[in-house]
Amino acid sequence: MSNKVVQAMYNDDDILMDAVKEVRAAKYHIEEVYTPFPVHGLDKAMGLKGTRIAITAFLYGCVGLVFSIWMMDYMMIRDWPQDIGGKPSFAFIQNMPAFVPIMFEMTVFFAAHLMVITFYMRSKLWPFKEAENPDPRTTDDMFVMEVIVDGNEDELVSFLKKTGTVEIKVTEKH
Amino acid sequence: MYTFSSKLKTLSLALMVIGLLGVGYGFLSAPASVDEVKVLLQESHNAHGEVATTDGQTVAESSNAVQSEEAHAAHVYHLLKNKPWSSLYVALFFFFMISLGTLAFYAIQHASQAGWSIVLFRVMEGITAYLPVGGILLFVFFVLSAAHMNHLFVWMDPEVVANDALIQNKAGYLNVPFFLVRAAIYILGWILYRNYARKMTLKQDASSDLSNYRKLFKSSAAFLVFFLVTESMMSWDWIMSLDPHWYSTLFGWYVFSGLIVSAITTIALVAIYLKGNGYLEFVNDSHLHDLAKYMFGFSIFWAYLWFSQFMLIWYANIPEEVTYFVSRFNEYKVPFLGMVVLNFVFPLLILMNSDYKRVPWFIVTAGIVVLIGHYIDVFVMIMPATVGDQWFIGISEISSVLLVLGIFIYVVFNALTKAPLLAKGNPFIKESEHFHY
Repeated sequence: MSNKVVQAMYNDDDILMDAVKEVRAAKYHIEEVYTPFPVHGLDKAMGLKGTRIAITAFLYGCVGLVFSIWMMDYMMIRDWPQDIGGKPSFAFIQNMPAFVPIMFEMTVFFAAHLMVITFYMRSKLWPFKEAENPDPRTTDDMFVMEVIVDGNEDELVSFLKKTGTVEIKVTEKH
Repeated sequence: MYTFSSKLKTLSLALMVIGLLGVGYGFLSAPASVDEVKVLLQESHNAHGEVATTDGQTVAESSNAVQSEEAHAAHVYHLLKNKPWSSLYVALFFFFMISLGTLAFYAIQHASQAGWSIVLFRVMEGITAYLPVGGILLFVFFVLSAAHMNHLFVWMDPEVVANDALIQNKAGYLNVPFFLVRAAIYILGWILYRNYARKMTLKQDASSDLSNYRKLFKSSAAFLVFFLVTESMMSWDWIMSLDPHWYSTLFGWYVFSGLIVSAITTIALVAIYLKGNGYLEFVNDSHLHDLAKYMFGFSIFWAYLWFSQFMLIWYANIPEEVTYFVSRFNEYKVPFLGMVVLNFVFPLLILMNSDYKRVPWFIVTAGIVVLIGHYIDVFVMIMPATVGDQWFIGISEISSVLLVLGIFIYVVFNALTKAPLLAKGNPFIKESEHFHY
């Protein structure tokens, strides 16, 4: 498979949405779309699979909850029991109401932070990473759709020209 | 236009008749005298093989025992006498709070000029149609309480107040005439807004300018201010005063959280029912999704307040505050902790997934569980103060629910037939019809 892609640039998100639908209907493969802001419904129009980050968030939350239970049990009951406000510190269950805020916070903390880290790893983002967008104008007011060249290049270019693009470029994808 | 199907009408009438019979049975089967209670207690003692023996006791001791037994029987007698009244009160309050919560939700939609919910306005107006009926029933109940037909509100009994310094200190607020005047103000105020808003939306359907819409906006904002104050006071008056020594500063919010989640659940259930019968074709699954999101969110909000109220009192450990939770943990453990599963854990797990919030039968399942859970919530708020350890969910409780449910269904669905199901005059109606998540 060649690495050649066509980059079609649009200046309006509605035109982009229509173009995405047309390109998909014509059975061309959209590699990526670069937009300056999230475009509502674009993921569905591109036929992207739904994100599974919610499932990971739930699992991370469960881990946080279990961790906080273990942590409070170790700190406050086993290792160094303390008498705070005359509350019993002999058994976890007796002191449990006092730990609920911590259990809640740890659940949120784990879910939020691990979710962000997961997101970075899945999107292959890290500090000092070079930007991948093909044109700096996609961070300002332009939208770029990248379509893989698979077969007749001229046919694809002339097809894309009819979808309302303002600029078109054929290039090698690294 | 919706037509009240004869099947549903028959169902509601049947519920009323069955409920009425059960409630009547509950009142008749309550013990008529202290002596009857003594026989009952003796029977249960015998059944347990715990016949008290007075052999070898001194005369003074045995007379003490007889006196305390006498007092115990009198106490149980009063609790059992209260039971059918309390169960009726729980049911009346539960359905009234659904209607009141719907009115608050409805007013929020108007005041925030929400776009998505307009297609559901007529459903909400149908549910709030129960407000005048339920309000009058509750007020009659309070008048009967004030006339000493029952002893739910112990501070209404002058004999109790005479021996209780704490209630005497509160007598400036907790006295029968002021209580009834307040109840009348709350109920009238809510009904007034409800009828005004209904009139304005109907007028807006026929008019070509937005003057009615602006009036609706202003009156809804004003109503919300009135509602937030009166809802808090209502919760002190109607529920917290059952335990006149106890107080909790977030009780008004706690009652509100239960009220709003039951209300939104009922809106979703009625909408799904109507949609299933071929009405409300303009309600799509994005509207249901939003309602389910509110059910999910407010269930968590309820649990947050439930726990906050408990934890502060548990930590501070002040005697007149902790008695409230001691009686619930000792005598109401299963409903008190079980409702946390029904009202929090179950909706949390079942409605967490975004896709499930769009599936009607998921919403219906979660909704029924949430409504049962919040009935138990009201039950546990009211019963410990009025029937103490003599509670059980029997004929009185179930038939009270059936009776009020029958009235509720009849009034709500009858009101739905009175106007077109789409509030077409609202300027944002197109946005609502095209609402898409």
